[in-house]
Amino acid sequence: MSDQAYNFAYLDEQTKRMIRRAILKGIAVPGYQVPFASREMPMPYGWGTGGVQVTAACLVPEDQLKVIDQGADDTTNAVSIRAFFQRVAGVAVTGATAEATLIQTRHRIPEVPLRAGQILVYQVPIPEPLRFLEPRESETRKMHELEEYGLMHVKLYEDIARHGAIATSYAYPVKVEGRYVMDPSPIPKFDNPKLAGCAAIQLFGAGREQRIYALPPFCDVVSLDFEDHPFVASKADHDCDLCGAGDSYLDEVIVDDAGGRMFVCSDTDFCASRHAAGQRGRLAPLTEGGL
Amino acid sequence: MRAEALTGGFADAPVQAAQGFRAALEALARPGQIETVAGAAPPAPLSVAAGVLLLVLADATTPVHLAGEWDCPAVRDWVVFHCGAPLVGAADAVFALGDWAALQPVGRFAIGTADYPDRAATLIVELPVLEPAGVRLRGPGIADEAALSLPEVAAFQANRALFPLGLDCFFTCGDRLAGLPRSTRVEAV
Repeated sequence: MSDQAYNFAYLDEQTKRMIRRAILKGIAVPGYQVPFASREMPMPYGWGTGGVQVTAACLVPEDQLKVIDQGADDTTNAVSIRAFFQRVAGVAVTGATAEATLIQTRHRIPEVPLRAGQILVYQVPIPEPLRFLEPRESETRKMHELEEYGLMHVKLYEDIARHGAIATSYAYPVKVEGRYVMDPSPIPKFDNPKLAGCAAIQLFGAGREQRIYALPPFCDVVSLDFEDHPFVASKADHDCDLCGAGDSYLDEVIVDDAGGRMFVCSDTDFCASRHAAGQRGRLAPLTEGGL
Repeated sequence: MRAEALTGGFADAPVQAAQGFRAALEALARPGQIETVAGAAPPAPLSVAAGVLLLVLADATTPVHLAGEWDCPAVRDWVVFHCGAPLVGAADAVFALGDWAALQPVGRFAIGTADYPDRAATLIVELPVLEPAGVRLRGPGIADEAALSLPEVAAFQANRALFPLGLDCFFTCGDRLAGLPRSTRVEAV
C-alpha cells in the first residue's frame, strides 16, 4: 500500500506531463539531450535524481521494479531508491532481471539480454559527452548542432598517443543513428555493445544537469574508434570466482591484507541465478546455499 | 461552456495518465505497433485515443491547435476544461489535432531548431482506419521492418529528410493509437 500523503509515484501530475513530453521528444530524436525542468527530489544530487524522475514519470501500478547500483540489487543506492518507490508508488519489486518491467540502473546494463516490454532507466551524472573537452554549454550545443565531433576524436587519439590504446574505460562515447554523439552514462565500456540492438526502451535521466535522452529499441549505436584502433569491450581477464562465468563483467574484491583477491560478477542477480543452477567458480563455497 | 464539457476526463488521473503514457511511449518507441488505451470519454469527433493523449500530455504550458471539424465548440470546451491548454494557430502549436486533410499543409507547424530540435510540434492525426499494414517502416524502434496504414507517403519522407528536425505524429482511431517519430524511414510498398 502506498503512502497516501503522496501522489502516485511522488511527483505531481503537471511535473510528470513535462517529463513525459521530454521523454517522447528524446525517443523521437535518439541521442539528443532534451532539456527538462528537473525538480528537487528527496535525495541529494548524485544519488540518481534524474533516473528517479524518469522512473516516476513511467511507473504504472502493475510494474515490477528492479533497481541496481553497479550491477548489485543490495547496495545503498539501489536499496534506498527501491524503498522510495515501494512507499510512494506501491509497486512490486523484484531482483530478477527477466521478471522486471522497469529497471533503474546506476552504471551497469544487466548481463541477461533485455526484452520488449521492459524499460531501462539510467542515472546520468554528466550527460554532455563533450563537457570535459568544452565547458561552455553554448559551445557544446553548437557542436551538436553542426555535428562537429572532431574534438572527441582528438581526445581518443591523445589516449592512443600517450598510452598506446584508448584508455577511456567507462562512459565511453557512442554515436547514435549516425547523428548525435552521446554519453552512455558511466557504464563500463564492456556494456557498450549491449546499447545497440537492445529490445527494451532505454531512457537516460540527469537531474542536476536537467537533461533527458533516450534510445528506442533496436537503435544504431556505435562506439567511437579508429580503423587501426578498433573499439574493444574489455573486462578483467578472469572467470567469476563464485559462479564461474567467463562472459560477465567482474568486480575485483580484496579478500585479505596479503594481496589476496577474487573476481566476482558485478551483476548479482546473474551470478546468483547461475549459482542456483549449480554453476560453481574457483572460490565458491562448497556447502549448499552459499550465496 | 456547456455542462457536457465537464465530463469525460480521467476518473483516477495519476494511474490512468501513467497507463496512457506507457501506451504512448511504447507506440512512439516502436513505430507500427498499435496500442489500445482507455479512460477518456471526449465529445465527438474527438476519438478516445486522441482524448487520452491530450489528457496525458497537454496542459497550460502546451498550446494546442484544433484543425477542421475538430475546431468545434464541444471539443474546444473539453480541451480547455480538462487540459487548460491555450488554443492557438498552427504556427504556435505544441500539439495539433485533426484528420490528415485538415492538418494540411503540415509545413505550418514548428519543426524545431537546429540547436533545439525538441521544440517541434507533435501531430495527433485521427484516421478512419488504423492497421499494421500498408506503408513500410524502417528505423529506430523497428527490428527489421514494420507496416502502418499511413494517410500518405511523400509527406513523411519529406519529414524524415529534415532529421533531426521534423514533426512527430501519433495516429489515432477509436481507442487505438500508433506512433511515427521523425526518425522513421517510410517507403511505399
